[in-house]
This record gives sequence, structure tokens and C-alpha cells, in this order.
Amino acid sequence: MNYTFSTISLAVAAFLALLGAGMAHDSLFSAHMWVLFFVLLGSAIVMLGRVKFSPAGKTLPQHPPSEYFDDVVRYGVIATVFWGVVGFLVGVVIALQLAYPELNIAPYFNFGRMRPLHTSAVVFAFGGNALIATSFYVVQRTCRARLFGGSLGWFVFWGYQLFIVMAATGYLLGITQSREYAEPEWYVDIWLTIVWVAYLIAFLGTILKRKEPHIYVANWFYLAFIVTIAMLHVVNNLAVPVSFLGSRSYSLFSGVQDALTQWWYGHNAVGFFLTAGFLGMMYYFVPKQANRPVYSYRLSIIHFWALIFMYIWAGPHHLHYTALPDWAQTLGMVFSVMLWMPSWGGMINGLMTLSGAWDKIRTDPIIRMMIMAIAFYGMSTFEGPMMSIKAVNSLSHYTDWTIGHVHSGALGWVGMVTFGAIYHLTPKLWGRERLYSLRMVNWHFWLATLGIVVYAAVMWVAGIQQGLMWREYDSQGFLVYSFAETVAAMFPYYLLRAVGGALFLAGGLVMAWNVTMTILGYQRDEAPMPGAALAQPAE
Amino acid sequence: METYTAMRHFADSWGLLAMALFFVATVLFTLRPGARKGAQDAADIPLKDD
Repeated sequence: MNYTFSTISLAVAAFLALLGAGMAHDSLFSAHMWVLFFVLLGSAIVMLGRVKFSPAGKTLPQHPPSEYFDDVVRYGVIATVFWGVVGFLVGVVIALQLAYPELNIAPYFNFGRMRPLHTSAVVFAFGGNALIATSFYVVQRTCRARLFGGSLGWFVFWGYQLFIVMAATGYLLGITQSREYAEPEWYVDIWLTIVWVAYLIAFLGTILKRKEPHIYVANWFYLAFIVTIAMLHVVNNLAVPVSFLGSRSYSLFSGVQDALTQWWYGHNAVGFFLTAGFLGMMYYFVPKQANRPVYSYRLSIIHFWALIFMYIWAGPHHLHYTALPDWAQTLGMVFSVMLWMPSWGGMINGLMTLSGAWDKIRTDPIIRMMIMAIAFYGMSTFEGPMMSIKAVNSLSHYTDWTIGHVHSGALGWVGMVTFGAIYHLTPKLWGRERLYSLRMVNWHFWLATLGIVVYAAVMWVAGIQQGLMWREYDSQGFLVYSFAETVAAMFPYYLLRAVGGALFLAGGLVMAWNVTMTILGYQRDEAPMPGAALAQPAE
Repeated sequence: METYTAMRHFADSWGLLAMALFFVATVLFTLRPGARKGAQDAADIPLKDD
């Protein structure tokens, strides 16, 4: 297939990037445009190598339109594994930077630049690629229709990788608009908006031309994720650039309105990116791997509506005891507590899908991974509402308890359910009989679980100690500890956290090896899993 | 009335009522008698393919 239009567009865009580098308003923009120029130029050269000079009308036969478009899903699985390992690695590095400040290599590898690199790498690069790949896989199968828009899926995939590269290089160069989880500057934001609209068109178009009359619930969650993220991204990033060839912009909002906008975005990024999207994954891959329908389909519908009606109001709990009006803080707290119900409804629905087949947890390490993910979903959605209660928040806010909470959700829920989906998908996508090694999945499971438990437990102790030290007064009404003393007290916890993160990273490396060998077509010569061996004679 | 005040009053009166009613209606519709069969068919969608 000749990608004439794509190749020409890449070359033209590379030239425009070069012009941008030459006429830049500031040196940072110039540096960033040089990065863009080399990325686009390299891509254009790769595309030129693919041009085929066969006579017109004799090009290679196209896929029949009925066949599923899985090439982009295969790339997505590889990208997910790759960015996952990168994101976990950067996480371990910044954990060590907190313990040993000497590891800050100024200016490009300071903690302040590496931290958004870690959050964006795990949330947007690892999580985002997992969501795009699985949503394309799930929507085609549950609609029984090929992905809408021809090569649009390729544009979404590669456009999203370009966004990741521009965001990551921007952070290290020092380009940031300082909005949590939305650090990329205006021109990168505009690019993501274009890619996201293409994603919506590809996904929605597939739903519209579906052959299955009913839209399966996983697609509802995926669609809620895509639409809401578009809305959040656009509103949160409303800004005026200083120059059209400059890296700096100023937000349209100011003061407490700006704070609320940022946390309306920030919390719903958690609610719709890290929760709704991955619930879509859960509602497809858990029934699929367990080979039984979801426990209650009607509960999943109520789960969906309750979740999207409530999540959007919970953001103000990030701004307790600030200049935000008291009623808004209370509103955020009340909706956060109410969220406990749909979250646990969803958790019960996921867990009970195994009702009558609980032995699979013992015999199938992939199911075990998914069930652990759902258990962590339940735990972190219990912890979150509890921390949003103002009295609890007065102790927990700004401490490492928050970091622990985020990671029990991100590593436990998002990470584990993604790993489960990847292990389910890889043999199917590449037409392999089975994974390279099921025992390595088991290793991954235990490394990751142990890593999360160490991480979360250590951060609970660290956070509560930190909070108690900050609020300790003596009989004269003076603070007992200086801030520096509370930082020094964290040293052992920071070290242990790095150990927990390293265990999780080790699990990620085991997965990367296992997935690579499966793709290459190898099968590890290994004894069957003990549980599976016991189960077989019974059949 | 300035725009903010107008929108604020709409949000905590009719807007709130409309959203609450929509939510209650979706729950009632999902749990209506006779919906069980359709829900079971829908739950089987992922298991029917490949």
C-alpha cells in the first residue's frame, strides 16, 4: 500500500517544523521544533522506504472490508509494554532522587522535570496506549465491524506517539504550563486535540456501522472516557500563547477559578481516563478470559450511569481548606463519598463474574491478575472517599499518603488490569497457541503485587507520620518540628518505596520478555502450573 | 441578572432536577420488568465471537 498522502504530509510538516525552529520567539521553542523536525524527517524517510513502484491497478490486494483492523492493535500492545517499562523506570529513578538528592542532574534531569515525565509516561503513554489499543480491539469485536475510517486508526496511533514524544522532550527541556497532568504547552495541546477528535471519529464511526444491535457496556465506558477527556482537555487548556512561535502561554483562568478548573480536570482525568476507560477493559476482558458473561449486566448499566453522574463533581476535594468556597468543598466531599456505591457495585460485578468458577483464580494466573486488579479498584475507591472527608483530609492532604493512594489505584488497578489484558491479547493477536510462559505471568503477578503492597504500606506510614509531625504543637503553641526535620524523617520510607517500585519494574521487565518471546513465536519448555496440572485429570 | 448568577441559579434548580430525574429514569428503565432477557443476551455479546 502506498502512503503517498502521509509521506508528503510528513515531509511538509518537517519543513514547517524547521521554519518554526528558525523563526522561534524563544530558544526553548526553537529547541523543541528541532526535536519535532528530526522526528518528522525520520518518519518521512521511513515512509519513503515503503513506497512501491508497481503499475497502477496492480497494487497488493487490500484486506477485505469485513476483516478486523488488528495491525494498529498489535502496534498498540507493543507501545503499551514499551512505555510501561519506561514509565516504571523513571518512577524508580525519581523515587531514588527523593532519597538521594545527589541524583538530580541539573537542569534536564532534575526531579521537577522528571516527575511530570514519570506521570505522563505511565498515565498517558502506558495507560493511553493500552486504552487506545484495547478500545480498538473491543469495539470491533463487540460491534462485529471493521474499525471505521480506513487508515484513521494509524493516524490516531502515530499521532498519539508524537504527542508523547513532544510532551516528554518538552518536560526535559523545561517547557511546562505547570498544570498537573496537563503540563504540555499550547501547541502540543492543540495537536492532542486533533488526534483525539480522530480517535472519537474512528471509535464512534465503528459503533454507528455496527452489525450487533446492542452496544455492549464496555463500549459505553470507552466512549464516556473519550468524550469526557476531550471536554476536560479543551477547557483546562484554554490559554493564550505569548507568540505563535513561542513556547509560553497564559491560562484564561486565574486564582481560585483556575485552581478549581485544574482539579476538575485532574480528578476527572483519574475518573474517566484511569477509571472509566479501564472499566471498559474490565467488562470485556474479564468475561472473555473467564469465558463466562459478566455477573449482572443490569448492574453494569447502573454502574455506568452512577459513575459518570457522580465523578464529575468530586474534584473540589483536592482543594479542602483553601480559598475555594466552603460549599464547593463540601459538595466535592459529599459526591466523593457517594462514589463509593457505584465503585463497589462495579467491583462486586467484576469479582462475581467468577462466581461458580473460583478455581480459575488458582489455575489461571491471568485471571488472578485481573481479580487482583479489581480488588485494588475496590480498595483504592474505598480509600479515596475516606480521604476526601475533610477531617481525614486535614491530616492526609499534602502528605505521602496521597501518593500511596494514587499508586494503589494506578499500579494495582490500572497496571494489573492492563497486564491481564495484554497477556490475554498477545497470543490472539499474533496467532500463537499460547503465551511464551505462563509461569512468568505468575512471577510477574507476585513481583507486582509485592511491589504495590510494599509501596502502599510504606506510604501510609510515611504520610501519617508526616501529617502528625506537621501539626504537632508544644505547650507554648509553637510547632515542634521544622519542615526540614519532617523531610529528613522520611528517608527510610523513601528508600523502601524505591524498593517497592523496583519490584514492580522487575515485574514489568518479566512481562516485556514474555510478550517479546510470544510475538517471536517461542514457547518456553516448562512444567505446567501446579493448579492447572491438578485440574486436568478431572476433565 | 449577570450571566454567572443566572447560570448558578439554573444549575441548582432546574438543571439539578433534570439531571436527577434522568438518572432515576435510567435506573428504573434498566430494572424494569422484562429487561432481564435483553440484559442476558447483551452480556453474551463478547462470548459469541472468534
